[in-house]
Amino acid sequence: MINETLIPKVGVITDIRKDTPDVKTFRVVGTDGKKLFEHMPGQCAMVSVPGVGECMFSITSSPTNQEYLEFSIKKCGCVTTVLHALEVGAMVTVRGPYGKNFPVEGDFKGKDLLFIAGGIGLAPLRSVINYVRHYRENYGKVVVVYGARSADDLVDFEEIQTEWKNEPNFEVYLTIDRPQEGWDDHVGFVPSYVKELGLDKNMTAVLCGPPIMIKFTLQGLLELGFEKSRVYTTLELRMKCGVGKCGRCNVGDKFVCKDGPVFRMDELDELPDEY
Amino acid sequence: MREVELKMIERAKQLLESGEVARVIGWKKGEFCYDPSPACFESVEELKDFVYDWFCGANLSKYLIEMAKKEGKTAVFLKPCDTYSFNQLVKEHRIKRENVHVIAVECLGKLDIEKMKARGASFVSAVEVNGDEVKAVSPAGETTFAKADVLLGKCCVCNKTHQVKDEEIILHERAEKDVDRFAEVAALEAMTEDERFAFWKSQLSKCIRCNACRNVCPACSCIKCVFDNPASGISAKANDSEFEEQMFHIIRAFHVAGRCTDCGECSRVCPQNIPLHLLNRKFIKDIDSFYGEYQAGETAEGKTPLTSYTEGDLEAGDVFKGEAK
Amino acid sequence: MLKIAKENLNALYAAISAKMPLIMPIKRAGQVNYGPWSESEEASIETLKTVKSPKDAFFPQSENMMKFKTDGKVLEVIDVRKAEQPFVLFGVKACDYKAIEVLDKVFLADPVDTYYKAKREAGIVITLACSKPEESCFCSVFGVDAAAPAGDVSTWLDGEYLYWQANTEKGEALTADLSALFAEGGEDAVAAQQSATRAIMQALPYAALDLSRFKPENLNDLFNDGAWTELSEACLGCGTCTFVCPTCQCFDIRDFKTSEGVLRYRCWDSCMYSDFTLMAHGNSRNTQMQRFRQRFMHKLVYFPSQNDGMYSCVGCGRCVNKCPQNLNIVKVIKTLGGKKND
Repeated sequence: MINETLIPKVGVITDIRKDTPDVKTFRVVGTDGKKLFEHMPGQCAMVSVPGVGECMFSITSSPTNQEYLEFSIKKCGCVTTVLHALEVGAMVTVRGPYGKNFPVEGDFKGKDLLFIAGGIGLAPLRSVINYVRHYRENYGKVVVVYGARSADDLVDFEEIQTEWKNEPNFEVYLTIDRPQEGWDDHVGFVPSYVKELGLDKNMTAVLCGPPIMIKFTLQGLLELGFEKSRVYTTLELRMKCGVGKCGRCNVGDKFVCKDGPVFRMDELDELPDEY
Repeated sequence: MREVELKMIERAKQLLESGEVARVIGWKKGEFCYDPSPACFESVEELKDFVYDWFCGANLSKYLIEMAKKEGKTAVFLKPCDTYSFNQLVKEHRIKRENVHVIAVECLGKLDIEKMKARGASFVSAVEVNGDEVKAVSPAGETTFAKADVLLGKCCVCNKTHQVKDEEIILHERAEKDVDRFAEVAALEAMTEDERFAFWKSQLSKCIRCNACRNVCPACSCIKCVFDNPASGISAKANDSEFEEQMFHIIRAFHVAGRCTDCGECSRVCPQNIPLHLLNRKFIKDIDSFYGEYQAGETAEGKTPLTSYTEGDLEAGDVFKGEAK
Repeated sequence: MLKIAKENLNALYAAISAKMPLIMPIKRAGQVNYGPWSESEEASIETLKTVKSPKDAFFPQSENMMKFKTDGKVLEVIDVRKAEQPFVLFGVKACDYKAIEVLDKVFLADPVDTYYKAKREAGIVITLACSKPEESCFCSVFGVDAAAPAGDVSTWLDGEYLYWQANTEKGEALTADLSALFAEGGEDAVAAQQSATRAIMQALPYAALDLSRFKPENLNDLFNDGAWTELSEACLGCGTCTFVCPTCQCFDIRDFKTSEGVLRYRCWDSCMYSDFTLMAHGNSRNTQMQRFRQRFMHKLVYFPSQNDGMYSCVGCGRCVNKCPQNLNIVKVIKTLGGKKND
């Protein structure tokens, strides 16, 4: 077996779940049927369809899952379009894990945790949330605020409804941008919903979603008294190597692939505004 | 040259002060006497760095694609050769003519510092040009060159005249050169196929795919070049083989055929000194002989030989049989 | 110290290349670049600046990485590398050797880039001191001594002799193999040349560039400096500066479909190119100003910030000579570097 950082392993797609009209979750195992590698929540991997290209995706499954890796992938470019056309049994390549994870064994321990996600932004958070559920006793209260354009665009809706909502000391707030038939939950954008909820400023917050959502949600959190040193997010930039050498994913002197993708808001404040 | 420069600065000042134009495109001083850069001046204050000297070889017309989209009128100083590119860009709807104020400036040929260095001049701090003689001043003393030996390649055979102007700053008339622009092409044509192939192979194998030739070329004004577009299926940043290097340059030559004004910028900027202009000039020579004399960029209107059809047009087979009219 | 008469250099080249490939400055079609020496090539050891730097020897412009074979649904990854054979890289100037140390920081940092490492270990680097630095040289600004290059073997060339000094085990071994060609001596000639070269270096127009503002703590100030717009306004967005630069190390990884499966290769890329950071849903560096700024911030601020203050410019001056529009790192340093530049 080749053990090289730029040479990937072959993965077999064992399950494809259509989450939303443009998001599919792919379950991948090695050719031996086993999990490809271990990771921590927030870390990413390079998935490739040879001949098409290779892209960085966050690993959506929890490290506590011993059987497989999952990637929730939105169809938006060349590689993702081809991935979406694949069927169960198809082979792709995977290399990783890359980057720094959320401090689930550090700063998060013993804390009340607030997860705020928009659209496909739930993908990297799902790994942390399920990790936290697995080691429930290590963490305090958990609040999830999750929004999408419409009810159909909510990723992992089934898991949220059947599992997360039944978790003790675990609150889930869902919202969609515009009213929709059959939706009797909250309607409105995530940033304003966060403010409405009047969340406890002492929670440790994790934000993930489109840049505009992050910007306004962060503003809202700061108004509520949250400290930037307790707010985390993940960044996404163009990557080719994943190991800090190809030179394109830097923000200032930090490489998103190596020094990120998880950053604290106070760390981001010190970096140039180029992401 | 200094006289001309002063007049240009004066005129730029007037145009900016009066508000007739919002910006002036010209050249600014470098670190040495020979490294000016194209520059955009938006205030009288900025004009302190304005320069027009023997080393202002860069063609400014392509910058107008972006500059002329900005608010207000853009004034630009164009040398004779640059005006052909300008016309061609207007013709191709890349520049709105009414947004630009063209000031024709004299050009007695521009110098190539690389040629001077190769002939032994170093640390050149100033040049003086007297007729056909160029004197390079440096701490070690003066070196004198025949002007023809140290001109930029593109200037060696240039007999171009301004094809467009709203006004002019011309203090010295340039004498008509007695040179054959197509002599180098004829020399290539005189080679055997094998010799010619060997020539281009040795030249093009130096290519580092830096895209300087393409990016500087006023005829390469595609918003997304086929070589940069992943959807084209041929995008690439490296040459797979020597053959591919040839393909890049040959495809580019085909794409600019009939539109290339022979401004010579491709050869000026090539870091490996590949005589790229010869590919384009071969096309120009062929167009001249197959369809009658034609110079791209002489006007901003009218039909061009490769984009119009007449019944008398040559058939492809005739070309290969060498039955040119 | 050893020496060999200048007229015997071809014999030296022949002796080396009889043992292993010899990569050195070669003149082809009027330009000097590093390439494999052979009897029929025109060696050009005295050329001060090759167009491209020697970095190709360890980090080729284009390099095959792996192959993918598909049989039905079964996908296989095949490592296409062969074991690297020893080679000699001859004639490397002090600035270019320093640049290799910069590349080492990138490619040998954890996780090690094994493609680079294999070539680096296979290569024996013979440096050559400069004796005629020119006006675009400014290596001394980055602490490089053009008269005392490092490497496995250091050499000096004057009108009569090439002087030879092995520095490492690899260098000693090569020297032992070639010993029949050498005579002893040359210390005085080398010392004389060194002091002459250092005197030239000190008097060069760029010798006193002030880098004092390029510090990690000024990162945001420098990033937000208004001067970038003017500095970059004539930039064509070509890759000339990047590709002639001895330290630029950005690369792209691409797939190429062949009749025998998919070939994955990597090739030099340029942060000056508009598609460098392009993603399906946006681009973090949309303007040429941003891309231009990235290149120089990387060399003067980001890289030193991550590598104990080591700049990733070595002052070779290639970009000074080769930029089509005469933009370059010196103009950036003079504008943004510090008060002493005024």
